[in-house]
Amino acid sequence: MNTADQYLKAIYLIQEMEDGPAATGALADMLDVSPASANEMIGKLESRGLAEHEKYKGVRLTDEGITRARDAIQTYCIIERFLANVLDVEDFRGEARELEAVIDDTVADRLDTIINRNPNCPDCFDADTDACRELEVECEPTAD
Amino acid sequence: MSVSHRVGSDHQLARLLQIGIVLEEVVEARAHHHYQSLDAERDLDPEIEALLADAAEESAAHRERLEAVIADLDAESIPFEDIETLVEAQYAQTKPEDFDGVLYDQLCNEETAYKFYDDLVSAIEASDARFSVDRARLLDTLRSIKEDEADGVEDVTKIMETRD
Repeated sequence: MNTADQYLKAIYLIQEMEDGPAATGALADMLDVSPASANEMIGKLESRGLAEHEKYKGVRLTDEGITRARDAIQTYCIIERFLANVLDVEDFRGEARELEAVIDDTVADRLDTIINRNPNCPDCFDADTDACRELEVECEPTAD
Repeated sequence: MSVSHRVGSDHQLARLLQIGIVLEEVVEARAHHHYQSLDAERDLDPEIEALLADAAEESAAHRERLEAVIADLDAESIPFEDIETLVEAQYAQTKPEDFDGVLYDQLCNEETAYKFYDDLVSAIEASDARFSVDRARLLDTLRSIKEDEADGVEDVTKIMETRD
């Protein structure tokens, strides 16, 4: 997934959690980058018509930005599900976070031909846990 | 979440090589299924038949080369039979409908593999991590496989052009 798509995904998830614009600081924290780097990328996303920056409030995705962000979340879901279900990786969330920058969406699409993904994807993605809700049920059954 | 396009450890390298092996296994298994499905329709085209046989053979060879590196990293490969089963389970929903679909699927396989190895080589080159395998040999192996994939894209494209 390229860097722009990672930003779009992060902005989308923060918007969902906050029910409003994503603050630059929160975005920088989520991506583990400096606020200056976050601001620079926000400017690029704005110039491509994918996001709008509101002074003192943060950044909000345009409709086109939301579409791209949802595609990026699907790619991320494929990586998580592939790690959990095909490679049996216990810490599939942690490894997905590490690998997402190196796995292109065309590669994820091929991996998608061997996994059984939820048809509602990416609506099943839980922004708080950074993982697919269905996958959590399958992989981490609770004790009670 | 990490925006770093680098391979930072043996563990991460082994995981990416495992993904490469699975991609090769998907190509091999799908080529086999395409072949069977065309054969069942008794409508085999020698050119496509040869292309699928070559693709399966090349993927198997790539897989063996990646497996050798994985073994040196003390990690495990993914048995072909496991991926075969998964491909088979999903094949009905992802099956190409005709010759053009098979060619397009094959082009997609080659392009995806090329992109994967290209990104992996860049991510290793960008990293200053010390791996327990020889970096020069690792990069030689991956670059050589990447070149095979580039040739594969060219071969499929040529066939597609002559069929237009």
